[in-house]
Amino acid sequence: MAQTKTTSSPLPRGVKNAVGRLFASVPLLGFLFGFLACVLMEMAVGDQLANLLGLSKMPVLFGIVTIFKAIAGLINTLFKGAAFDPGTLVHIPMALIYFSIVYLAPITIVTRLTSRLANSLADALQQTSLLFSALVHLGLLYAILHFWGGMNDYRLIVLKLTLIAILVTLSLNIINGYMGEFSCSHPGFMAIGAYMSSMFTVGLFVDDKVLGAAKLSFSLAYLSFPLALVFGGLMAAIGALIIAIPSFKTRGDYLAIISLAFLFIIKSLFENVQALGGARGISGQPNWATLPVIFAVVVIGFWAINNFVNSTMGKALNAVRDEESAAEAMTINTRKTKMAAFMFAAFWAGMAGGLLAHVMRYINPSMFGIQKLAEVLAMVYFGGLNSVVGSIVGAVSISLLSEALRPLEILKWIVIPLLLILVMIYRPTGLIAFREFNIRRILQPRRPESKEV
Amino acid sequence: MALLQVDHMTHFFSGLRAVHDFNLAIEPGEIRGLIGPNGAGKTTIFNLITGIYTPTEGKISLNGESLIGLYPHKIASRGIGRTFQDLRLWRHMTVLEHVKMARYSQLTYGLWGAFFDTALRRKEEVESEHRAMELLSLLGVDHLADQLVVNLPYGAQRRVEMARALAIEPKILFLDEPTVGMTPEELVQIMAIIRNIHQKFDLAIFMIEHRLKFVMELCEQIQCLVFGEVIADGNPDDIQNNPQVIEAYLGKDAVEA
Repeated sequence: MAQTKTTSSPLPRGVKNAVGRLFASVPLLGFLFGFLACVLMEMAVGDQLANLLGLSKMPVLFGIVTIFKAIAGLINTLFKGAAFDPGTLVHIPMALIYFSIVYLAPITIVTRLTSRLANSLADALQQTSLLFSALVHLGLLYAILHFWGGMNDYRLIVLKLTLIAILVTLSLNIINGYMGEFSCSHPGFMAIGAYMSSMFTVGLFVDDKVLGAAKLSFSLAYLSFPLALVFGGLMAAIGALIIAIPSFKTRGDYLAIISLAFLFIIKSLFENVQALGGARGISGQPNWATLPVIFAVVVIGFWAINNFVNSTMGKALNAVRDEESAAEAMTINTRKTKMAAFMFAAFWAGMAGGLLAHVMRYINPSMFGIQKLAEVLAMVYFGGLNSVVGSIVGAVSISLLSEALRPLEILKWIVIPLLLILVMIYRPTGLIAFREFNIRRILQPRRPESKEV
Repeated sequence: MALLQVDHMTHFFSGLRAVHDFNLAIEPGEIRGLIGPNGAGKTTIFNLITGIYTPTEGKISLNGESLIGLYPHKIASRGIGRTFQDLRLWRHMTVLEHVKMARYSQLTYGLWGAFFDTALRRKEEVESEHRAMELLSLLGVDHLADQLVVNLPYGAQRRVEMARALAIEPKILFLDEPTVGMTPEELVQIMAIIRNIHQKFDLAIFMIEHRLKFVMELCEQIQCLVFGEVIADGNPDDIQNNPQVIEAYLGKDAVEA
């Protein structure tokens, strides 16, 4: 097709313009249709196609893992002298072909073909309430994720962890982006959330060596899961209060140091309290963190965080960050603002920690150490400060990247930091920084003629 | 009782006497000037009254209520608006957001509304936006509402800062050198704006200013501050002819000549 030809043009700017023109009249709904088509196509013919192309199984993450596996084989041969099967190199073009057939082609064709339909549907949805329209979009998005994740267990877990990463990144962005402080205690809040929600679920409903026999048992116990999550979140918020009181008299480096100290204290606290399993942690969490539950929590978290940062109350954080004395002089209660934001961020980190505990179904203190901190900070700074969209982009790209680069083993920890350094040089505030998320504008129909006016 | 009453205010910065026995009484609707050479302590007086520093000695009261020991945001919401000499605007915010932000203390929807986008919040945000646009058009910068302040020319930034200070609905407005770095045309415009807001809101204004012509024209009463002490207090004519003031500004030779 002519369209696919333009997308493979070697000129980056030309490609950008061509792609932009190609999709200029496609509303969000159209893209969702496109992705749904991709996913359905992969469900229908993915296995056969992979067989046909000589791939051992269906590529899990868009073929990126397959490509990097081949590259990693080559690198291992060069550095370690390991045996190398040149046949695997064929997998690279094959994975690309697979990606083009299953993802690229359907998305271009379907979005183009349905753009008129999608626009009139989006028009119709605009007539209804914003809530309904948003729910329809979310429903479609969930369907895509459900089918995509349903094809493979590994995919499902990557998807769940990515969704949780989005929530953590969003919440950390409140502090490090919107408030402009450098807080290092986020994994600590996640740990509190994870342990407290596990205490709730494992302690009450599961026979466990550490937390004792089940105190309650009834068949609808999983309905209490939101309660467990909220409990974890609230405990994390209380933890945040403890750190906020001494640290908000200081700014900048000092808060970073105090929050780092808090992280270590929390970690060693959980390591040393034998009643919570000590260094071995707690395991056997019930399998309640299913995809719909995680999706719903992340959507609600996104909604609340976006509401907060778009309100005058939330924007007061920007005022405090950019010029605190002026904020005070303009009647803003800076202490209350900072404290509320810090606790709010910790609450969602705690919720995310609770989800994580029930996805992994085991937790131990070492999961919430410096490495986790580096990961979350990377997501925030890569995606973009002061932007909810940036947080999503950062969380998704770093999560997928670190899964995709897994075959490179230790080299992964050279590639990802290198990428971060490049982003810091060329876009110091991250890929999509300082952008407001306007749900109305995103959902509205797109027509080129109306855009030109 | 005056609107703003300051009695015997003295302030030390660890041994250095910055302000000594400062007295002030501003009536509603009065425009008063504070002049003095660099380092005389003019901005310190602003910072003392607005609560950034707490005076070592003395009393400050607004409408008879003491302001000593209150947080700056409390003092501001009681009705003291201010601008800064060095334009402390928030560089990542638009013009409209600046003015809306200053209405913080008038919002009642609280954190609950902020998190869950309640009907009350939407109503208040719309009202606030409406009011902010009125102020912006009063100061002639409403066409810039969606611009980031860092992209604006200096004169427009000054106006935004003034609109922001007015958004807290002050009873008295503190202007810290409102004409710094302005061209003569901008000077004329800002003078008209100050007169306009003074009449429209029946606002008391207390300003620090270096351009004597500007102060002489606007103010009914002027104080001259040198090394933290008021050396002259009176109407523009008195101040202009006061030998001590001339000495402070131009040196001893100018007086004798």
